[in-house]
Amino acid sequence: MTESISTPQTGFSKLLRSIWAGIKKTPPVYPIFFIIFIILGLLNPNKYQSMNGVMTFLRTAAPLAVLAIGEMLVLALGGFDLSVGAIVTFVVLVSSKLLANDPANAYPAIMIMLGSGLVIGLVNGLIVSYLKVPSFITTLGMMLLVRGGALYYVGGAPQGYLTDNWRAFGRNYIENVPLFGRVPYAFIILIVIGALAYFLFHRTHFGKQILTIGDNVRAAQFSGVRVKLVRVLTFILCSVFAIIGGILLGGFGGVNVTIGEGMEMQAIAACVVGGVLLGGGKGNILNAIFGAFTLQAIVNLLNLLGLPKPYTDAVQGLIIIGAVAYVGISSLRKR
Amino acid sequence: MTTATVTANGFRRVLRSIHIPPVYFFLILIFIAGGLLDQVFADGQIFSNPAIMLNIVVRSVALGIVAVGQSLVIIGASIDLSVAYTISITAVMSSYIMVGKTENVPMAILGVFGIGALIGLANGLIITKLHVNPFIATLGTSLIVKGIINASFSNYTGSVPKSFEYFGYGKIGPIPVSIFILVIIVMGGWFLLARTKFGSHLYGVGGNSEVARLSGVRTDRVLIIAHVICSMTAVLAGLFLVSQMRSGAPWVGPNGVYDLNSIATTVIGGTALAGGKGGVWGTLGGVLIFGVLETVFNQLGVNPYIKTFLQGAIIVLAVASYTIRSKKEAA
Repeated sequence: MTESISTPQTGFSKLLRSIWAGIKKTPPVYPIFFIIFIILGLLNPNKYQSMNGVMTFLRTAAPLAVLAIGEMLVLALGGFDLSVGAIVTFVVLVSSKLLANDPANAYPAIMIMLGSGLVIGLVNGLIVSYLKVPSFITTLGMMLLVRGGALYYVGGAPQGYLTDNWRAFGRNYIENVPLFGRVPYAFIILIVIGALAYFLFHRTHFGKQILTIGDNVRAAQFSGVRVKLVRVLTFILCSVFAIIGGILLGGFGGVNVTIGEGMEMQAIAACVVGGVLLGGGKGNILNAIFGAFTLQAIVNLLNLLGLPKPYTDAVQGLIIIGAVAYVGISSLRKR
Repeated sequence: MTTATVTANGFRRVLRSIHIPPVYFFLILIFIAGGLLDQVFADGQIFSNPAIMLNIVVRSVALGIVAVGQSLVIIGASIDLSVAYTISITAVMSSYIMVGKTENVPMAILGVFGIGALIGLANGLIITKLHVNPFIATLGTSLIVKGIINASFSNYTGSVPKSFEYFGYGKIGPIPVSIFILVIIVMGGWFLLARTKFGSHLYGVGGNSEVARLSGVRTDRVLIIAHVICSMTAVLAGLFLVSQMRSGAPWVGPNGVYDLNSIATTVIGGTALAGGKGGVWGTLGGVLIFGVLETVFNQLGVNPYIKTFLQGAIIVLAVASYTIRSKKEAA
């Protein structure tokens, strides 16, 4: 008799316990993001409680999220890529000249950009692999090289504007989508890249090899991982994603020489908020994307509060430290 | 005769004990190559005019001072990205407090060193007690300091008195005061690292924090002290810059890219980013490479964007010149 009473109770408490365990297992970036987003919704219900507003938010957040995906791959490998911000600047500046105000040049220009991304990543990867220069320094050098090269090519200022068809990827929406209203191209591109990276990182040997290298290079070598090849491919992915992020950002950002400044730090911060360990061996694509969403939500929140730019910087700094401390402490507790 | 051999042996031992960081070979190479280019394409001042030699060093003073602090934290397997804005806040605050009056100088100096100590302490505490990755922690404090500066100052603020300009422009004999200060700071950094308990502990913490902790080193305290010292060097660099500029502007730090440049020069000097290895003499070599490059580019009248481009390439080559022989994989 006692059993018949206690069985449903244990069943229920077991359910509760498993839900609680699930909550505890959720990476902290999700509660952080949703709390900030709910605050946004409460402060500006017209915008952030409508599908339209959410879609606009996703459009704004997509470039950083794409950058964060690439950066995460390199971070999981145990490296850094500081050149992604300069690559964004490079995309906008060089495209402004390549386009020569003629829409017909848009697709060739994008192809040239993707090709340059491939070359930049290849050079980064080769230098780290064969000259054994730490990636922090390699990509710092590449940052100066890419920025200097782009500025020299355009003569120090953007040449002309970016044509509308070039900008469409970052700026336009697919209208009249059932359920969603309108969906930004940028979000679809983010989903495609996210899915590709997710598949590569979480479902293939390549992804496992990245993590193994990040965890212990020697062990990876001994177990037959082709360290140099994997590393070069990872750097190429990161640079190409940075190019795509640049194209998305160029879609709605202003055409200026500082557009990509500091974006490498934001991408790294997004990854760390998403639980990626600097130094390698740990990473999750979806968490990194939500890390980027979190940073963007913080920026939107501070703008919404009407704080001037300097305060936004300061509060952003505080929140990044707070979020990372929270992520770090909760992962310490789990151990 | 025996004494002669003994002294000869002693001399040889001393010679052997002086380990010249490989960066100096690269420095000499860059200097000779730059000098030759100057000889061919410009007026050849680099080899013939000793004032230019001094100028190379004076140019390197601000970066050199911060880089010593940066070397300490990097040896401790940490990093400090907040030095650029620490330099900025020092520059504006000191000239804001001084308002051109000599009697305000001590107060200004105390004030900015207080601010620096606070920033360093915050960095150290966030890293050690909140377990935030140093890269992110100092990026965060850097954003906070940046926000505070830009919210309060937007242009040149206050001015420094004539007496304070001695720091930037004074000379002892033919040699600028600033060079003596750089040498003192580098010697101080060397002494701390090579001759004190703190130094050995710092290498221990950087090499393997857990092992250091288990062998009784108070790892947190060591790292916090390193960060405070690093911020102090940034403050000193800021004071030097403001004495040269005569008035503080909020953009001095970020414009000089002191954060990434100090890290780059430290690594060029042979200090491992992973920590536990390196020293300030190598860093000085790295800083001088930057000084020589700047001078050569100016002499040759290189386009500023090409200058950035070449600087990037040379940073990588400088580090590659000795990492290429390493058998270990880089990360």
